[in-house]
Amino acid sequence: MILLLLILIPLITGAFSFAVKGDAAKALALISTIATLGLSAYVSAGNFSAPMSFDQEWIPLLGTRFSLMADGMSSMLCLLTGIVMMVVMIAQINKDVENPGSFYGLMLLSQAGLMGVFLASDALLFYVFWELALIPVYFLCSQWGGEKRIPVTFKFFIYTFVGSLMMLSALIYLSLQTPGANSYSWASITHAGAALPADKQQWLFWLIFIAFAIKMPIFPFHTWQPDAYEQSPTPVTIILSALMVKMGLYAILRWLMPTLPAGVAYWSDVVVVLSVIGIVYASCIAIVQTDIKRLIAYSSIAHMGLMCATAFAHNGVGMHGVMVQMFNHGINITGMWLIVSMIEQRWGTRDMTKLGGMASSAPQMAIAFVIISLANIALPLTNGFIGEFMMFNGLFGGMISNHTVMTVLAGLGIILGAVYTLNMIQKTAYGEKTTMVMAKDLALNEYVGLAVVITLIVFLGVYPKPLLDLTAGVAQMIVK
Amino acid sequence: MTAIIATTVFGIIMMFTGLFVDNKKTVTSIAAVLFLALLGINILELSDATGPALRSMTLNMLGTANLNEGGFPQVLFNKMLRIDKLSMWFSTLMTACTCLYVLLIGKEFKKVGTHVAEYFALLFFILCGLYLLTAYNSLLILFIGIEIMSIPQYILAGSDKRNLKSSEASLKYFLMGSFSTGILLMGITLLYGAARTFNITEMVTMLHSDALNPLAIAGIIFLIVALGFKVSAAPMHTWTPDVYDGTPTPFTAFMATIVKAGIFFAFLRLFHVSLGNISDHWVMVLAIVTAATLLIGNVTAVFQQSVKRMLAYSSIAQAGFMLFSVLAVNSSLAWNGIVIYGVAYSVATIGIFAVLVKMKDYTYDGFNGLAKKHPLLAFVTTIFLFSLAGIPLTGGFMAKYYVLLAVMQQGNLMWLVLFALLMAAISVYYYFRVIIAMYFKQGDPELTSEVTTTDKILLIATAIIVLLIGVLPQLFLLQP
Repeated sequence: MILLLLILIPLITGAFSFAVKGDAAKALALISTIATLGLSAYVSAGNFSAPMSFDQEWIPLLGTRFSLMADGMSSMLCLLTGIVMMVVMIAQINKDVENPGSFYGLMLLSQAGLMGVFLASDALLFYVFWELALIPVYFLCSQWGGEKRIPVTFKFFIYTFVGSLMMLSALIYLSLQTPGANSYSWASITHAGAALPADKQQWLFWLIFIAFAIKMPIFPFHTWQPDAYEQSPTPVTIILSALMVKMGLYAILRWLMPTLPAGVAYWSDVVVVLSVIGIVYASCIAIVQTDIKRLIAYSSIAHMGLMCATAFAHNGVGMHGVMVQMFNHGINITGMWLIVSMIEQRWGTRDMTKLGGMASSAPQMAIAFVIISLANIALPLTNGFIGEFMMFNGLFGGMISNHTVMTVLAGLGIILGAVYTLNMIQKTAYGEKTTMVMAKDLALNEYVGLAVVITLIVFLGVYPKPLLDLTAGVAQMIVK
Repeated sequence: MTAIIATTVFGIIMMFTGLFVDNKKTVTSIAAVLFLALLGINILELSDATGPALRSMTLNMLGTANLNEGGFPQVLFNKMLRIDKLSMWFSTLMTACTCLYVLLIGKEFKKVGTHVAEYFALLFFILCGLYLLTAYNSLLILFIGIEIMSIPQYILAGSDKRNLKSSEASLKYFLMGSFSTGILLMGITLLYGAARTFNITEMVTMLHSDALNPLAIAGIIFLIVALGFKVSAAPMHTWTPDVYDGTPTPFTAFMATIVKAGIFFAFLRLFHVSLGNISDHWVMVLAIVTAATLLIGNVTAVFQQSVKRMLAYSSIAQAGFMLFSVLAVNSSLAWNGIVIYGVAYSVATIGIFAVLVKMKDYTYDGFNGLAKKHPLLAFVTTIFLFSLAGIPLTGGFMAKYYVLLAVMQQGNLMWLVLFALLMAAISVYYYFRVIIAMYFKQGDPELTSEVTTTDKILLIATAIIVLLIGVLPQLFLLQP
């Protein structure tokens, strides 16, 4: 029942929000996200030997049930969704958007979709939520985005929709293989998939993988991403990069790996190579970017590439690292976008060549920016370190061919990451005071939002045990 | 049976109403009442509430006997007609769609011409043909049903006499339609030659897959061509865009939806009941026709500039999906598939046409900025377009889902399923162009008539039905 509330609260407040005008919509959204965060924290604090679940008959004719389940990984991602959405809403307090009722309504609807994706333990229900999360984002980007928003968002939508349809065909196929040809539950889908002969699994693998690869995004399916991040309004960019990309990775871990083990084993070398190409390629492009938003977008491709490569290396430590990093990456990138939007709001540009000297005009903001950036390049004692360390460990000991070469190449990503991130800090936070002369430092709500992010960065960097404990069971189960 | 008689009686009443009632509003109201009464009669007959009394009264009047005493199926007129529970269910649903159509669009008839009562009478006659098509048990009734359905349509297509395009549509439709009727008769004759009976249930015993008379194969090809013409399957689709475009918009809405669904039901009945055993002789031909229909419908729709013409091509594309249910001979879901597809597609398309008839400019640019000026119209149109594109939680998704599932159960046609999904992704492009125009572009769309409160309520109700089909499809299916 509590799991159902996690979806219903944002869904109902979101629908209600369309009828609300002005600041009331903002307040409603904030209250709703705080309530959802509280619930997801309660769910994450639960006992995972008997995970919370909810099960209700839905469409008996199709063998699909409305069933939700929260194990360690699901509840961790729900918690991440809760935190990120709340931070976004806090950051929005002193900002004005056109038509706030619809804006916050759509934000909350996408939150409902995300929660559903992370909780669904029925394949068709999962698919429905997968789309439900996408559609509000499509409208958000197209209506409140930048200049080129319409074609860019359209491209994004078509890309992901093609992927979803391929996934749907594979899911239908799998459900026909279940006993009685009529079930979508996680247990029967995974059982039916794993029982298929290897050659069937190998082609089904691509039908499902492409859907998730587009969402993450993995090279060469990533082309929609930098444009979409750049054109979206910042709150939506945060949803996209901190939460929606996690949907892809989560889906691989939850659905693809247990369902098609032979397919995954057969293609994991290819996927790792693609991911590693993505890491190096995206990092190189990030170095030459001058627009901060595009830089972070490419850096996000590199990070996701590392997570995907490690996931396919199929190693216990690595898998655990992927889980931890999913959470940490979500927190860090949220912080990055918050700072970017503050810069853009204050100085009206995101072009690094025109910025400089933030440290003297807005010192608090500069300090926050440096901390978050250091977490982004995984400095020890920040939360990024623990996940990345485990991932490299796992990649090195993984069951893939040429794992040494792959690890070294992926390791280049760290070095290149340091290059572009430090370069960005140097040019914006320090450097000459060119345009950043007049500036207000952090407003109270910005301060609170960044404080949440930085507290998590430092806390989880020093004491990651709660996060590790939360996901240990699931990581072991997937690798087994 | 009572319903079939009632339609003709109501049709004649409508014609007399035209003689004696001048006020067009009164005529429309009378028609609406009669259509609702017809729906009532259908429901009564379906639920068998008045049961034996009503049935025996009708049969006594006709001087015929039900060969299968009591309840369904009613086998009448020397086994020429076989009204089973499913066909009754389907006609009831189609009648309900017609009621929705009349309530939403009926008052726009007066814009077409002065003979409003006659238009309604023609609709009744078309429905009569539809009832025969859902319940025929003899190829002769199939022929008669199709003719009863077609002739009023030729008239409706040309009802805007002073408009050259309307007359052209009528003439084109009539010439091509009579031609295809000829082919239909030829097919029926050839099939009779092979099977020595017109009765579709008795035919099964006469046709054997291993020693099939060449006459039967020729007959089946002729029937595919003739019925394919009626449902506008490629390459027999060429009349559709011109006729749908030229026909006055209120009547296009009827021709493209309910009529099409009805003929599909007849298509399914013939090919599954009597030709199902010899399906290996025709499935490939029909699969190629289906692929061609999907390709031509979707790809050509992309290049249209007028929404009305786009909807004409989209109706070809949707026909491609409905053909899936005919292909799925071995599947138990094919019948459910056509019922749910027929309803979902009809309701959504009627909804869009209800908005379209109010627009002054039928081009995409004519929809620019509709969301600002009439948010409700834009919102419901978005839901209808979502449904046509097959986005989850709308009826169109469930419909596409059912027919795809049915074909997958059939086996061996996985290539067609994947091809269809690719085409569905293309369809998103042209459906979303309307959404982009409505929401994200600036403009000042002009309406030809006021949007009254009744309109709003009805449109919202239609949208709710579309969503209901998507969430709880079992409500619209006959429970076993």
